[in-house]
Amino acid sequence: MTATATSARSDLSELGRSETALRTFLHGLPGVDQVGAEQRAAQLGTRSIKTTAKAEAIDLAIRMVDLTTLEGADTPGKVRALAAKALRPDPADPSCPHVGAVCVYPAMVPYVAEVLRGSGVHLASVATAFPSGQAPLEVKLADTRAAVAAGADEIDMVINRGAFLAGRYSEVYDEIVATKEACGDAHLKVILETGELATYDNVRRASWLAMLAGGDFIKTSTGKVPVAATPPVTLVMLEAVRDFRAATGRQVGVKPAGGIKTTKDAIKYLVMVNETVGPDWLDPDWFRFGASSLLNDLLMQRTKLTTGVYAGPDYFTLD
Amino acid sequence: MFEYAPAPESRSVVDIKPSYGLFVDGKFVDPTDGGSFKSINPASEEVLAEIAEAGSEDVDRAVRAAREAYERVWGPMPGRDRAKYLFRIARIIQERSRELAVLESLDNGKPIKESRDVDVPLVAAHFFYYAGWADKLEHAGFGANPRPLGVAAQVIPWNFPLLMLAWKIAPALAAGNTVVLKPAETTPLTALLFAEICQQADLPAGVVNIVTGAGETGRALVEHPGVDKVAFTGSTEVGKAIARSVAGTRKKLTLELGGKAANIVFDDAPIDQAVEGIVNGIFFNQGHVCCAGSRLLVQENVADRVLESLKRRMAQLRVGDPLDKNTDIGAINSSAQLARIRELSEAGAAEGAERWSPPCELPDRGFWFAPTIFTGVTQAHRIAREEIFGPVLSVLTFRTPAEAVEKANNTPYGLSAGIWTDKGSRILWMADRLRAGVVWANTFNKFDPTSPFGGYKESGYGREGGRHGLEAYLNV
Repeated sequence: MTATATSARSDLSELGRSETALRTFLHGLPGVDQVGAEQRAAQLGTRSIKTTAKAEAIDLAIRMVDLTTLEGADTPGKVRALAAKALRPDPADPSCPHVGAVCVYPAMVPYVAEVLRGSGVHLASVATAFPSGQAPLEVKLADTRAAVAAGADEIDMVINRGAFLAGRYSEVYDEIVATKEACGDAHLKVILETGELATYDNVRRASWLAMLAGGDFIKTSTGKVPVAATPPVTLVMLEAVRDFRAATGRQVGVKPAGGIKTTKDAIKYLVMVNETVGPDWLDPDWFRFGASSLLNDLLMQRTKLTTGVYAGPDYFTLD
Repeated sequence: MFEYAPAPESRSVVDIKPSYGLFVDGKFVDPTDGGSFKSINPASEEVLAEIAEAGSEDVDRAVRAAREAYERVWGPMPGRDRAKYLFRIARIIQERSRELAVLESLDNGKPIKESRDVDVPLVAAHFFYYAGWADKLEHAGFGANPRPLGVAAQVIPWNFPLLMLAWKIAPALAAGNTVVLKPAETTPLTALLFAEICQQADLPAGVVNIVTGAGETGRALVEHPGVDKVAFTGSTEVGKAIARSVAGTRKKLTLELGGKAANIVFDDAPIDQAVEGIVNGIFFNQGHVCCAGSRLLVQENVADRVLESLKRRMAQLRVGDPLDKNTDIGAINSSAQLARIRELSEAGAAEGAERWSPPCELPDRGFWFAPTIFTGVTQAHRIAREEIFGPVLSVLTFRTPAEAVEKANNTPYGLSAGIWTDKGSRILWMADRLRAGVVWANTFNKFDPTSPFGGYKESGYGREGGRHGLEAYLNV
């Protein structure tokens, strides 16, 4: 279902000019009932996706994976291997689609860029002093520019959670605007770090703030704090992008990241996308999974569906 | 587009016999005059089984068996021993839950996700809960040594066949009564499977008797001079007839009848969750719910927004095969009920309300009705006053909280109501003024064995569930 044509398109671009206007707007958004949101997310998780639907869902999920490694121990060799896997996730089966993107630290971008060039797989880099964001704005922007210069066409930034929770919305907004500018043509994903936002009301406000400031994607988590993506958090963010498009006409993507490890989990998220925002978002341009181990489980289930038997984990590459 | 492939629950888990007798005195017996009727699957009109029809002689036999069991075994039995049987029944229900869920969906038409995730778990929970009371009755607040009433005649409806059985039988048995229960004529199968569970649990013969049949069987049962207690859940019309027939007798009576609940959405409500609550309120179990939120009262300044979200959400509802695990709305229980829903919906359109349903394909065979909303409804419309008992929602607007209360209460019924707002003080203010037995705040259709349930006004009297539910089966 697309947004109804009856809703008047609003120009919300002026909101960012004043702290008061931003605050009034964000606090005027409808609240989220925690129990109800969690119940709805759980309910969507009970859909039974079998046979042909499962096969389609697995291939779509593979195409949506942002294959990620964000470790201090990452090496050029490791990220090259990861990029090679992104291109051909299942070397034994050429019909297996490539993933959506590879996501690495800025220092690793040049090595990945060599492998991915011209392949259609995007190259995402975290930036803005990921994961804490605790650096001066100048440093964050330099971090972003460096990643783009090295070949990243997607930037995953973190918001300033301290400023957000303290109610300094303009500060968060301005940082996103500045980062977006530093991105140039690269797509900007805004990480809300929902595990630190405490309430679903805050998740909804942060989602709108990021979209108002020009984010192309809103992303749940860095994967570096104990609570990462959860179904109800993703549900609230999907509702936000749905309502934002209805209000402004601009479509924003969603990326749950961290903690999504199994095919079953991934399919639950796809069901949620399907029934909350509809088929317009069922595309790697509008929905991604930030994950690493998920890909191998998707490949295992894919092989099971095509061959009828489970292959052991040794048949899939570790990276 | 992400199309979900069919995901049917296997019906081979349940073994349906070609015919069923009456369950009297611990055994399945043939009816004296040999009458029978068919129970069909409302989703396909396929005949599921041939069911014995109990005449007045059969009812008499069942009441006498219940009396005998009450006087010799169940009445004198210590509460802790009655509890053992109830706990055992509860556990068997859990063990055989898949079988019960599939059978319920086949016979009733409700989606398997509801029979599996709502009905059957609540059935087990009710037996567990009341099993716990059986040896603690003197602490239930009804005085020192509360005594059972004797033989309970129980007549239940077709919308939650097994759950209504549990609401009736669990407290009755816990309190020390024996029962004769008549399930609805369109949905007798899970009650008959429950009879098998009683056998499996070695429940003493005669404690639970199941007599199947239609209205005449029910009348013979509630009018039988040998019963001490009558409990009925069903339509207000039949409830009134029962109240007349037991007037002036020693029989104690509880009635749980119809409803026309208001689901009230204020402008500060959490809209997305309120929309879920509206959908759950009216489309749960095809709207065959006495406490369904069949009147949506929405504050006028958010009405457009709520309706837009509601329509978008309704377009996601999956109507079809009740046994498919992804079905949200199953079949209407009978052709008679379908005719009533159609008649009232046509009246709604004829009286000037605007009708809307999402595009949805209905199966060719069986009884089906698309989820429907009516906007521009006024208090004077029939669809705002009469219980439709189907997936049909009437939408009205209000301006002030006082107007919401006035409209919500302006009905002969008073079973339930829902309030959606972020303001806690308003919830309490509203709950004080709503004349409804159950008031849900920021949720709807939530049931729990510990919570009493029952109505005001023409929605009936007496409470089921919780400590309060014991009172109906004790001499207090």
